[in-house]
Amino acid sequence: MSGLDPLRLTAVEAKRLLVEGETSATELTKTYLDQIAAHEGDVHAFIQLCGEEAARYAARIDQEATAVRGALAGLPTAIKDNMVTEGVVTTAGSRILQNYTPVYTATAVRKLFDQHIVMLGRTNLDEFAMGSSTENSAFQVTRNPWDLATVPGGSSGGTAAAVAAGEALWGLGSDTGGSIRQPASLCGIVGMKPTYGAVSRYGLIAFASSLDQIGPLTRSVADCALLLRHIAGYDECDSTSVRLPFEVEVPTADRLDGLRFGVPVEYLAEGVEPGVRARFEETLRLIEELGGRCQEMHLSHTEYALAAYYIIAPAEASANLARFDGVRYGYRAAGAEDLLEMYERTRGEGFGPEVKRRIMIGTYALSSGYYEAYYGQAQKVRRLVKEDFGAAFQDFDLIVSPTSPTVAFKVGSRTQDPLAMYQSDACTIPVNLAGLPAVSIPCGLSDGLPVGFQIIGRAFSENLVLRAAHAVEGAVGFDTAPTFRDSSAGVGSIGPGGLCAQDAREAVDA
Amino acid sequence: MITEADVRYVARLARLRLEPDELTRMTVELAKILGHIDKIGELDIADVQPMAHVLDVVNVSRADVARASLSRDDALRSAPAVTDGAFRVPRMSQR
Repeated sequence: MSGLDPLRLTAVEAKRLLVEGETSATELTKTYLDQIAAHEGDVHAFIQLCGEEAARYAARIDQEATAVRGALAGLPTAIKDNMVTEGVVTTAGSRILQNYTPVYTATAVRKLFDQHIVMLGRTNLDEFAMGSSTENSAFQVTRNPWDLATVPGGSSGGTAAAVAAGEALWGLGSDTGGSIRQPASLCGIVGMKPTYGAVSRYGLIAFASSLDQIGPLTRSVADCALLLRHIAGYDECDSTSVRLPFEVEVPTADRLDGLRFGVPVEYLAEGVEPGVRARFEETLRLIEELGGRCQEMHLSHTEYALAAYYIIAPAEASANLARFDGVRYGYRAAGAEDLLEMYERTRGEGFGPEVKRRIMIGTYALSSGYYEAYYGQAQKVRRLVKEDFGAAFQDFDLIVSPTSPTVAFKVGSRTQDPLAMYQSDACTIPVNLAGLPAVSIPCGLSDGLPVGFQIIGRAFSENLVLRAAHAVEGAVGFDTAPTFRDSSAGVGSIGPGGLCAQDAREAVDA
Repeated sequence: MITEADVRYVARLARLRLEPDELTRMTVELAKILGHIDKIGELDIADVQPMAHVLDVVNVSRADVARASLSRDDALRSAPAVTDGAFRVPRMSQR
């Protein structure tokens, strides 16, 4: 027994133990592989595990002198399966990419490889990152380690559940409308969407290009800063990436003196559960105790943000997903008589229901006669949403809200009602529309399930956001170890456990 | 209100085959979602400029220098069907 506790160990601490020779990459990696062996049969966080490769690579790191090791050498990491990685099957949670082996590597992933991280595996997601529960994966349903009867959130639910379950030290997700922050919230961990352009999107399988950002899912705010520091930066392969005018700092602050926090009343409207509201308000009081000042304010176009998002994101998705046509890669339907039939059947058979819905909404919104009323109008609303934030940041340094209006919901409870599912992201979507950085940190439990606290900053104010988050995190003192309870136990809604999904893709055709 | 014929037309534009039961379900679901989305029509914002990009950025170009890119073999590696160093697809139209 190593004495390492994967449910509480942070990356900052793991790095220190490695550097000081108190643990090895091999021991550290084995700690997570053991935890995977113990819990993956319940959690189903990974689409594909790379256990042997991870152990082999860790052993190689241990043989190298400390001086030649990268800054993140030996840290076991989970990667969302929508970041292409050369030679490693990358599915985006879709049947259409079930057997796709990329010939290049996403910049954010390559930057971590360059620092010698250990990739434990590829995590589950809603197909093409479209969803808020990870139930839209073509391969499996991931469970929340705090209650196996509930969802982990989504779309980065696989990475979030893996980190929460101690099956990974930390990991990468992507966030288009809340897909990092909402699962972080539901799984009781830290998740950050950086400013649009801060992290290269090269090699991120595109969902909505003007909204997508890669970011960290971690056990602590300091870990979040450390991971962000290593994935951020300009990349000439992504024309929207920007040169950051600063380096991401690992925060140490424990006070909030002089900081002004805006509390948008629109984000606390109907739909916010009483338990979520209670934890949120307690956290506001903690902020005041730390020297910050909280004041209610308005982001007046919030009620239109969700509608604008559900035009813009599907419109971009319908264009981005046009590339999946059975010609250059991925699935192709067999036996088509001609090219058109091949396209239509490949896409009809390859995409799942939610992806089809979004392609249809997007195609409709961009079609002749509807473009101005939908897409044009949505882009105007997007400007108004951004201007709301701009005006608010004249008076406030940071804006805070619950990350999700609810705690983790039961598996299956929203799958029949797309609009109810879309409401999961009401507090996170406006941030993507405005391109701002935002972090979610755990701020307590409601009915035994984690509640997330969202901190939003001005564009490129990552260091301030992280500093404030670190101070709040210290005051909250949340214990990140989940319970692995199953509130449906005895009800029989969960299938037999004990399977370790070495490769969940195999289950699909079974 | 979106009709089943509209849905069939949009599915053709999207190159997406929908089975008959999917078509029926999709029509109901899209009507509900569009009902929500139509909310943005309430706003009188004719004079607002549509937003093209969230940040104040300018176009960037890389240096115009030739360099290696994906090899033909790599580009074809993942293709479902290949012939003579090219992607192979079914014929364009029926006889």
